[in-house]
Amino acid sequence: MPEIAVRTEELTRDFASVRAVDGLSLEVEAGTVFGFLGPNGSGKTTTIRMLLGLLEPSAGRAEVLGFDTRTQSGQIRARSGALLENPGIYERFSAEDNLEFYARIWRLGARERRARIRQLLQHLGLWERRKETVVKWSRGMKQKLAVARALIHRPSLIFLDEPTAGLDPVAAAALRADLESLAAADGATVFLTTHHLAEAEKLCRRVAVIREGKLLAVGHPDELRSQRGGPKAEIIGRGFTQAVLAALRSLPLVASAEMQNGRLSISFRGEADLAPVVTLLVSLGVEVEEVHKGKASLEDVFLKLMEEEAT
Amino acid sequence: MIGDIWTMVWKEWREIFLQRGTFRGGVFSAIVIPLALLGIFIPWQEGRRWAQSTIAPVLWVWLPVFLVATMICESFAGERERKTLETLLASRLADRTILFGKIAAAIGYGWGLAMSSMLLGLVTVNVVHGQGRLILLPAQSIFVVSTISLLASALAASAGVLISLRAATVRQAQQTLSLSLMGLMFGCIFGLQALPPAWKAWLLRTFAGANLITTALVGGAALLTLDLLLISAAMARFQRARLILD
Repeated sequence: MPEIAVRTEELTRDFASVRAVDGLSLEVEAGTVFGFLGPNGSGKTTTIRMLLGLLEPSAGRAEVLGFDTRTQSGQIRARSGALLENPGIYERFSAEDNLEFYARIWRLGARERRARIRQLLQHLGLWERRKETVVKWSRGMKQKLAVARALIHRPSLIFLDEPTAGLDPVAAAALRADLESLAAADGATVFLTTHHLAEAEKLCRRVAVIREGKLLAVGHPDELRSQRGGPKAEIIGRGFTQAVLAALRSLPLVASAEMQNGRLSISFRGEADLAPVVTLLVSLGVEVEEVHKGKASLEDVFLKLMEEEAT
Repeated sequence: MIGDIWTMVWKEWREIFLQRGTFRGGVFSAIVIPLALLGIFIPWQEGRRWAQSTIAPVLWVWLPVFLVATMICESFAGERERKTLETLLASRLADRTILFGKIAAAIGYGWGLAMSSMLLGLVTVNVVHGQGRLILLPAQSIFVVSTISLLASALAASAGVLISLRAATVRQAQQTLSLSLMGLMFGCIFGLQALPPAWKAWLLRTFAGANLITTALVGGAALLTLDLLLISAAMARFQRARLILD
């Protein structure tokens, strides 16, 4: 397998007068989990469709697993697994039948099919319910089954389009854990689109942020945090007036100071030096109860990138 | 490619049989009941008349067309309606494998069931009403009926593909296809009646002396031409890049 699993160069796709993906250039290292983040309608699904060879680019090019998406898309699909926007589960079938069908598509032998189906369903905790018709299952169980289907043939590359969308937090956390362990066990590259930034932060070695088809940033979550979001602090107390906030914002080391849910949230430029901040607050009559130091989350970085792009 | 087509057939047949909830229930209602009715009950009741009937061949041609038309809409429009098509397109199967697998499954079921019913009917008539003598359908009739019903099934299948790819739902596809087939049938009947007397006389002169095989060859050639045209159109339409935008 090549060291770069996905490479796009100025990849562009237009739908009539709308540019869904605009000059996207990125690289995804083989064997890593890559997060592709962006708001609704930002071009994530269109990008996945182009990478799978389901849609032709209007301009630019892409290589997936060393194959050109325009001329060798069959080779790409033969080596990839996909969980797209819709789980694509046959609801009249049992879980076993769903996996059996896709295992036959990927030409797994009868013995290998049985073993792989058993392995995946046991890992996902669905083995005891393998004979049930899927239509009665919860959304979380169907998503798990769709993940198993995407992995049935041990693909080199897995595309996961919002795999935890619509799941409750418990089901989403369970699915994330399953994804992490299954992908690691097979050594596959994972191309993950998600709205869930904590999910991306936890799973992804590198992330890209896209908006209106344009790539805004790409890198390790820590790199993005250091570039786009400085250290933060949260202060709990009483007496945070508008005058206090204005005084804080006038400090050179403070990038922003906002009230969030009754707590004062401060972003710093450079290092987080809390002493002058607390001194100022106390001098202005604020009763400080608790001070928490932290770093910007990927969500902060994401929101900042969205703001920058909007302005 | 044959193995992949068989995989599609396996899946399509499984979907038909699971429509009733359980696989056994589906097999019973989709295969056992029609076979018992058309292959045992009716021939038993009709006796020797069953083998000599001039209406029966029409049934053996019309039955698979009806079954194929129902199944093909379920297969194509249903796949999109249930949102399973995109995942299937993201698999390693080629466009044509998916297309021909679905068509083969529909024709295999509809035509296979009709031909099996006809053969079972022959066995029933011989067992119940044979009285020591072998009752057979004329070999020419069997050949003509089986060939024409196969070609008519292929016509229903390829027309069904084109209609299903444009229809929003399975129901809409089935209604449009049923109306089209009825329009075709009544169009032929009324069209023949509306022909000028001179044309009718020419047709009578042409076919009056001809035997069943010659007539069937002319009809078969016309059906085959239509089949090839519609299947080519279906192949041009059933392409990932177009389907993904539907």
